Amino acid sequence: MTEHDIVIIGGGPAGMAAAVAAFDAGIKDTVILDREDTLGGILRQCIHNGFGLHKLGRELTGPEYAAVYAKQVEERGIKVYTETMVTDLSADKIVTASSREGILKIKAKAVILAMGCRERSRGALNICGTRPAGIFSAGTAQKLINCEGYGVGKRVVILGSGDIGLIMARRMSLEGAKVEAVCEIMPYSGGLTRNIVQCLEDFGIPLYLSTTVAEIHGNRRLEGVTIAEVGADRRPIEETKRYIPCDTLLLSVGLIPENELTRSAGIPIDPVTNGAVVDENRQTAVPGIFACGNVLQVHDLVDYVSDEAEIAGHGAAEFVKGTMSGAKTLDTKAGFGVRYVLPQKVSVDPAKDTSLFLRVSNPYGKVRFTVSSGDEVLATAVRLKAVPGEMEKINIPADKLAAATDTVTVSLEEL
Amino acid sequence: MTKNLICIICPRGCALTAEINGDEVKVSGQGCIRGEKYAIDECVSPVRTVTSVIRVSNREDTMVSCKTEAPIPKAKIFEAMDIIRKTTVKAPVAIGDVLCDNVFGTKVIATKEIK
Repeated sequence: MTEHDIVIIGGGPAGMAAAVAAFDAGIKDTVILDREDTLGGILRQCIHNGFGLHKLGRELTGPEYAAVYAKQVEERGIKVYTETMVTDLSADKIVTASSREGILKIKAKAVILAMGCRERSRGALNICGTRPAGIFSAGTAQKLINCEGYGVGKRVVILGSGDIGLIMARRMSLEGAKVEAVCEIMPYSGGLTRNIVQCLEDFGIPLYLSTTVAEIHGNRRLEGVTIAEVGADRRPIEETKRYIPCDTLLLSVGLIPENELTRSAGIPIDPVTNGAVVDENRQTAVPGIFACGNVLQVHDLVDYVSDEAEIAGHGAAEFVKGTMSGAKTLDTKAGFGVRYVLPQKVSVDPAKDTSLFLRVSNPYGKVRFTVSSGDEVLATAVRLKAVPGEMEKINIPADKLAAATDTVTVSLEEL
Repeated sequence: MTKNLICIICPRGCALTAEINGDEVKVSGQGCIRGEKYAIDECVSPVRTVTSVIRVSNREDTMVSCKTEAPIPKAKIFEAMDIIRKTTVKAPVAIGDVLCDNVFGTKVIATKEIK
């Protein structure tokens, strides 16, 4: 068994930013384990632009954003184990991994979970019909086209209007395919508005809201799908069914944080975020194990992944140095109109401000968020609009939080 | 004439209103100066950055991602794609290497390193 101060599981944007932050906070013996042969994670297949505007002040493509952080990792001489798949993590921070050299066992002082997420598959949707070729998750199609250079299909229907679905609608169009429709079961799109404009409207692709794929047709290859509007119960309405011929169906129906290792270490998972329950340092319920990026909560912008990973990297470094404050913690809670609040616990530490990240339950116009503890109002924030697809951030001043004694609740009111 | 636009410059997606009077475009609703420029461009001559991939001929199943160094006219997107699709390159490729010269007034450059 080898030993390292900090072991980071996953070399995507979260893992890389966490490693750099931990190293810069003084923990030089930090290593990254990744199952692919190169750092970068999912960014390597996200060839579109729009990354880095917040964090780096310039607009980059996914591979370029990844390269910025990969360079920082390299410059610091942080050790990276590629083609190394972590198979087990224990609560006493022993990491077991399968690598080219065989099975590795590493004893870590702190572990940062940065495994990202994976796509929800057709099996999770229970769509009726046959099982022909031509049905892909949007991310799989993205990898085949953008990294390996395979054509995926010529006549396409996309189910799900999250950002990956929208980006792939444009990508398939640019590659000469005809995208017949993007169907969204919800009455609103889960993607960024700018992506509806530049990925659908630019290419004349229709977006059908409150609509789903009800049936799949075809034997060897997909021949078409039956789409239908859905009622308030989100079930297809028989009379609205119509057939669209297509050879390809892309599914962009949600991302699931990849938390098998988190569970194997016995770390409690938040049923709403599907990620670990963490405090403001992104430390899980197991001391010394931290989490950040899409394995903790599914983000809409990589810039915020990098921010979150820096918090986790700092936290892990403090833990290893033994300088982490042992202040008492309060639970956070999602109130009216709020789907979840992260972190789920905050320390009452008068030394620093604390930021809460949250998503709203439904699309709203102008709203006021109120952060309260008992009768005490800790912070308020007004937004011109709030939609489930865009994460909100609210700052609580240190002196306000220091006075709090009860559960910290975030709720909204429409203005 | 009044045009309602959604700014695509950053993820905030401001709802813009552009009032067009002959050559003059008056913009409201923008959160920053870039929104004003976007709305004027969008009314006068809309442009987009195109991103795609180019085959690396000396590596198996490998594509190098690329982008137009500057935005090109929106109407030329598919013509630019035809040029990009017909191009192949040889590794090694570094980020920023010019892969196609002179594509509607700009260049197509690599956005990924292929060793």
